[in-house]
Amino acid sequence: MSLVDERQDLAVALPAAPAPRAEPSMAGVGDYIALLKPRVMSLVVFTAFVGLVIAPGPMHPVLAFTALLCIAVGAGAAGALNMWYDADIDALMPRTANRPIPAGRIAPGEALAFGLTLAVGSVVVLGLLVNILSAALLAFTIFFYAVVYTMWLKRSTSQNIVIGGAAGAFPPMIGWAAKTGGLDLDPVLLFLIIFFWTPPHFWALALFRAQEYARAGVPMLPVTAGEAVTRKQILIYTVLLAPLGVTPWLFGNAGVLYGVVSIAAGLFMLALAVRVWRPGAAKAALHAAGRRLFGFSILYLFVLFAALLADQGLRSIGW
Amino acid sequence: MNEQLPEPGIVLTEEQKRRRRARSIATALVLAALALLFYVVTIVKLGPGVLNRPL
Repeated sequence: MSLVDERQDLAVALPAAPAPRAEPSMAGVGDYIALLKPRVMSLVVFTAFVGLVIAPGPMHPVLAFTALLCIAVGAGAAGALNMWYDADIDALMPRTANRPIPAGRIAPGEALAFGLTLAVGSVVVLGLLVNILSAALLAFTIFFYAVVYTMWLKRSTSQNIVIGGAAGAFPPMIGWAAKTGGLDLDPVLLFLIIFFWTPPHFWALALFRAQEYARAGVPMLPVTAGEAVTRKQILIYTVLLAPLGVTPWLFGNAGVLYGVVSIAAGLFMLALAVRVWRPGAAKAALHAAGRRLFGFSILYLFVLFAALLADQGLRSIGW
Repeated sequence: MNEQLPEPGIVLTEEQKRRRRARSIATALVLAALALLFYVVTIVKLGPGVLNRPL
């Protein structure tokens, strides 16, 4: 008797299980907003906005708004798809256990449909109302975050956030492409700044969340290689990031204001990374330094992009 | 007589009804905003040409 026959016999012998009954949804509007990861979305929108503003040429405010709306919704869609796929490991970490899917407020299928609908909708609308290049970049960004990072890299390599960081680095390029229909060195520099900013930012967080990641089986660098290696890597990436942050000014794409701000912020970030790296320091002091670096890294990126914006404002009034 | 009453099916609680209503209102607002956006973008992209449709 073949295996197939055995399975068929078993199916006949067992009483048919009642079809599962769909429970009424308890999801509130806020749960769907939480699926969009609004905090991540706000940084995406801000960097895309700066990319759009500093790009040369005119753009009608309504079309600029449409482009930013599509980028925001696309980022939210990627967040929803990430939460759908990661619901199992989110349930294991206190920081993420109360997200709508692990908490049982939104069914996984609903989140998947929500994410896919928004992803397709944002890309199609951006392509039809703004331009094809920005839509293609947005589609690639969503694919990169949801498939390459979430489904592949996150659970398989300690370099997950290094490579996956590209997804977070694309928004200024999308903003630039939405306005100009092309790409240039400036948005590539902004891409590189965010790309090299991502590892020290996330590893500083992972340093004091290492146990949670280990419990969930996520191979973050502190889990797989240990704290000492992570601290060294944080310093290496920050050493690369600090001068990279100044390049928009060095290449003449930003003014003195940006130059001064990026040098000062880069030096401060570097000083914090050195404090995180210090060999022989007490563990509590190192953890405190990691928290400070994580907090400042968010401010660093915000300050750099805000300076670009201010610089552009000064240029436009003839300074 | 052996008639059975039909099963009541799923009966929503007041809280579930309230949340469903909130979701419905949010969906309606999003659709209305989308319709408005498409209208405004059409005017912006075509301008007065939107009425220029020779037969």
